[in-house]
Amino acid sequence: MTGICKTLLLIGGTSDIGRATALIYAEAGWNLLLTGRKLSAVQREADDISARTGANVLVHELDILATSHFEDFVGVVSPLPDTVVCVVGELGEQSRAERQLEHAAMIMRTNFEGPALLLGLLAERFAARGSGSIVGISSVAGDRGRASNYVYGAAKAGLTAYLSGLRSRLSGSGVRVLTVKPGFVRTRMTHGMKLPPLLTAEPREVAQKIFTVAEGGRGGDVVYVRRIWRPLMTAIRLIPEPIFKRLRL
Amino acid sequence: MEGWGRYPHHESEAIDCRLPEALAGTVAACVGLIGRGNGRSYGDAAIGEYSTLMCRGLSRIRSFDPTNATLTVEGGVMLSDILRSFVPRGYFPPVVPGTKFVTVGGMIASDVHGKNHHRDGGFGDHVSELKLVVAGGEILTCSRTRNPELFFATVGGMGMTGIIAEATFRLRPIESGWIAQKTIVTKNLGEALKALQQTEDATYSVAWIDCLLQGASLGRSLIFAGEHASLDEVGGMPEADRFAAKNEGRFSLPFDLPQWVLNKTSVAAFNELYFRAGARKAAKTSLVHWDKYFFPLDGILEWNRLYGRRGFLQHQCVVPAEDALAVLSGILERFARSGKGSFLAVLKKLGRGSGLLSFPAPGYTLALDLPVTQEVFRLLDEIDEQVVKAGGRLYLAKDARQSRHTFEAGYPRLAAFKELRKITGADRHFNSRLAKRLGI
Ligand SMILES: Cc1cc2nc3c(=O)[nH]c(=O)nc-3n(C[C@H](O)[C@H](O)[C@H](O)COP(=O)(O)OP(=O)(O)OC[C@H]3O[C@@H](n4cnc5c(N)ncnc54)[C@H](O)[C@@H]3O)c2cc1C
Repeated sequence: MTGICKTLLLIGGTSDIGRATALIYAEAGWNLLLTGRKLSAVQREADDISARTGANVLVHELDILATSHFEDFVGVVSPLPDTVVCVVGELGEQSRAERQLEHAAMIMRTNFEGPALLLGLLAERFAARGSGSIVGISSVAGDRGRASNYVYGAAKAGLTAYLSGLRSRLSGSGVRVLTVKPGFVRTRMTHGMKLPPLLTAEPREVAQKIFTVAEGGRGGDVVYVRRIWRPLMTAIRLIPEPIFKRLRL
Repeated sequence: MEGWGRYPHHESEAIDCRLPEALAGTVAACVGLIGRGNGRSYGDAAIGEYSTLMCRGLSRIRSFDPTNATLTVEGGVMLSDILRSFVPRGYFPPVVPGTKFVTVGGMIASDVHGKNHHRDGGFGDHVSELKLVVAGGEILTCSRTRNPELFFATVGGMGMTGIIAEATFRLRPIESGWIAQKTIVTKNLGEALKALQQTEDATYSVAWIDCLLQGASLGRSLIFAGEHASLDEVGGMPEADRFAAKNEGRFSLPFDLPQWVLNKTSVAAFNELYFRAGARKAAKTSLVHWDKYFFPLDGILEWNRLYGRRGFLQHQCVVPAEDALAVLSGILERFARSGKGSFLAVLKKLGRGSGLLSFPAPGYTLALDLPVTQEVFRLLDEIDEQVVKAGGRLYLAKDARQSRHTFEAGYPRLAAFKELRKITGADRHFNSRLAKRLGI
């Protein structure tokens, strides 16, 4: 191991992308702090990563919906991490969200409110220090509302806009803000769906991309994991609304 | 659902399991269930009678203690993952089969043997403790001192005692990731058996037989003896090269090959080239990367498609040393004559097995691949009779077709195994297609 001894804070350490990201950082010699809703589940990931890599891995219980705990949490995180990656997300069920307010609210809060508030808090401390990288995982679904998943998409659109605003505000402060849009990824969330191979990434590919962009400094501020997504989503955004609504994508 | 040989094919409901906490409930709720690792067993061992518990999600390493190189892992952890993490840190698994794409649960359930069985025993010999989810969902810790009957039934028990949730075993320290390999060329089977006997002191040894030759050249082989190369032997290699990783599976077959591609001429040409290349290296010691030495076939992902859609069978038997020459030459001769040859056959010396249903027994084991055809079934039935008559048996992890008769004749401790299944309720709970076919 190299002696970098930087620390990654990973919010959502039990997700497939979270686990892959944590592993990549640990392999590069970083210390880790993983959070998750259920302590035993995050501990399982932490043990796995430290056994595989010899890295230092700490865990913290944190529910992204429990926003009232965020200030306490950010207060106790010490030392302040060098990078924070938030991979929290919940696809939910669109049709259920159309009928049940509670389900719709859960999707919106998990994908937008929670991540935005938490990253916002950390951004304040990063800005005060004058360094650090903030990585939010958004989604191509946020690029345009679609009939099949607009509750999720709208929440992700919110996160995308939030990160973009945060980025402008912090530009020149020494703090980087990245928006990563993975596209389709072979994870638990997409398990059982038929995915187009050309557009579908493995969790490790997403993780590698996050690492190279956040730590290597290469690539833009808004990252599509597979390049093909950028022109594709540009084209989808350009379809005029009267036509788009009939496509029922 | 099917095994690695793509024969036979059975319907079974795949049940996913990703969290160890969920195991107990899932197991309790199912009957006609069997655990499945990475599906590298050839036949019907990992196909549940009604449902199949996919254990690949149980893929977390629980702990590693460097003071005694002890590793505790969940049952679905892949051997390839262990190698990737631990070879660069100077450790090697105690026993590895011929592919790294297997899970620890699958290796224990099959009590897999490696090229070092004659010295180090099977994988099960190195497991100090395991956690087993038994019928009803209870989780029992098993070792040589706790629940020993269940422990020895689970090692080699082909999943028929329960689901292996966790296992603890030791890794062996190595000074480099290279294998110092010596190649011995033998003209026929008799010489090959003798050479395997003589290389018994080597940690690893295995023979590759050209199975198309007959008469005086029957059993012409290359024998590869190997040792983990020491620091001295790899010379002044920088640490990065000493433990150099190789890319996994560079090449995969995108489609099934039509059957005519594998014919006698193409196979004979391949074997000739292979033997000449091997013979050139004979007499001197060469350094071979661990991946190439242990897992030559893994370079071609999905090579099972080589045999086309109908699939193929692997026939692996072990025969006591006294009769090995006669029985094994009989087998090779039958295949050579029938023209149903595979590329190569693999010959190894085995020692004693430890589980009630462990395959290894003192003697020689021969494994060969055969495409599925009607004649092959008849031929194999005849051969099986010869094997059990000589006191040998067939490997369940490779089996897709043997009869109850040859199975029962080959496994003398079967009664004790069945009794234990009855006592623990496993007989009503854990049933694979193999268990049904062989009446276990
Ligand atoms: C190219 C190749 C080379 C091979 N070389 C060798 C060799 O040299 N030596 C050797 O001994 N074998 C060898 N094998 C066979 C292979 O090692 C075994 O079949 C092994 O068990 C496969 O592991 P798996 O994880 O794919 O298990 P599967 O094929 O999925 O399952 C095998 C058995 O294990 C049981 N099982 C799997 N996971 C669990 C679990 N968690 N709990 C309980 N039961 C479980 C299943 O029920 C089944 O009975 C080879 C196979 C191939 C394809």
